[in-house]
Amino acid sequence: MNWLIDFFGDPARWTGFDGIPVRLLEHLEFSALALALAMLVAVPIGLLIGHTGRGGVLVVVSANLARALPTLGLLVLFVLLLGTASIWPVIIPLVLLAVPPILVNTFEGIRGVDPELRDAAYGMGLRGGQVLGRVLVPVALPLILLGLRLSAIQVVATTTVAAYTGLGGLGRFVIDGFATKDYASVVGGSVLIVLFALVVQIAFTLAQRVTVSPGVSQRLKTR
Amino acid sequence: MGDGPPSLWEWIARNWDTGRVGSIRDLLGDHLLMSLVPIVLGLALALPLGLASVRWRWLYQPTAGIFNVIYALPSLPLFMLLISVTGLSPITVIVPLTFYAMAVLIPAVVDGIGSVPPHVRQSAVAMGFTPLRRLVQIELPIAAPVVIAGLRVVAVSSISLVSVGALIGEGGLGMLFTRAYQNPFLPPVVVGIVLIVALALIADGLLLLAQRLLTPWVRARGAS
Repeated sequence: MNWLIDFFGDPARWTGFDGIPVRLLEHLEFSALALALAMLVAVPIGLLIGHTGRGGVLVVVSANLARALPTLGLLVLFVLLLGTASIWPVIIPLVLLAVPPILVNTFEGIRGVDPELRDAAYGMGLRGGQVLGRVLVPVALPLILLGLRLSAIQVVATTTVAAYTGLGGLGRFVIDGFATKDYASVVGGSVLIVLFALVVQIAFTLAQRVTVSPGVSQRLKTR
Repeated sequence: MGDGPPSLWEWIARNWDTGRVGSIRDLLGDHLLMSLVPIVLGLALALPLGLASVRWRWLYQPTAGIFNVIYALPSLPLFMLLISVTGLSPITVIVPLTFYAMAVLIPAVVDGIGSVPPHVRQSAVAMGFTPLRRLVQIELPIAAPVVIAGLRVVAVSSISLVSVGALIGEGGLGMLFTRAYQNPFLPPVVVGIVLIVALALIADGLLLLAQRLLTPWVRARGAS
């Protein structure tokens, strides 16, 4: 408890290039960047494969393999191979690890849509792209968002670990504090990361409430 | 001894079993222990909690909610916060991984038991099965595929997550990563990644095999 007071009560922690606001913004930036890049890659591929039904096995196998990859090992590997001249050697593994959850859930979401619904959409004269955009995506949205949420959880955690390979962000308080036996920094930083992860989780839960059609989430029944 | 850094194979041969703490074989053993305990313990705790959630439905929402939140917490800060309780020991890594495992396995147990068709359960009751016998001989076998699917996710992610423990000095094969970073050298990283992925794939394969053996009717039905 005293460590927390030491950490959050010290005005010096709240200012400067290594203060809490800077580290928080860094963490947000790197996580958002990695998640956005992963979305750009994974959502279109997931939609395509789910819609056409080709390459599904490949998606599932690659996702399993990606789960087996140790994040720390991947980070160290990229940094040793590409150096630390820019943040990209650290961002690339973040993106690599963020892709599979989005890809799998988007694919499963689209593929899992009731075939009768799909046939009905075609029967009403919608074309392939329209069926995907107006029927399949809205119905699959809960699973797609679940994929994004799992991926965001993964990215926030990996960004923390990435502080070890020199990336900024909240992980710095923990990693540097541990190295210098500054336990106020370790505990304070850990609490900040935990709070950050909780806020991300809540944000995604709210996003789901707002964007998923009431007809899909069956909220209409309760009204 | 030649000049320059040793080749990958030479490095492996030199470090496989040095007789001191931290040889590759040593780390492999640590890694297995630290990933197996959470898998087994997670299942042992998730089974009763999952069954209780099936028996008393009101229990499920809060239980699932709490574990959903825990699952969202990154492992490194959890390790760090636990150090003050459990010290620098494998337990500090094992405890959070066990909670992650439970977060996956409790819903798996609930869904698995929920997948038992009502007429099957009623038949068992009508045949005079006691609740315990019904659970062991009817419900758990039918739930097995769903629970094992959860176990596969848990096994693979636990095996890869243990390596993060290296940042507090308890990471099994993950120690190869921190060592390679402090003293920039590629072979330990490659060996660490390959061994961890191999362990994960072996665990996944064994669980798949176990499922085939435990639930032969799933395949028989699929083939007909």
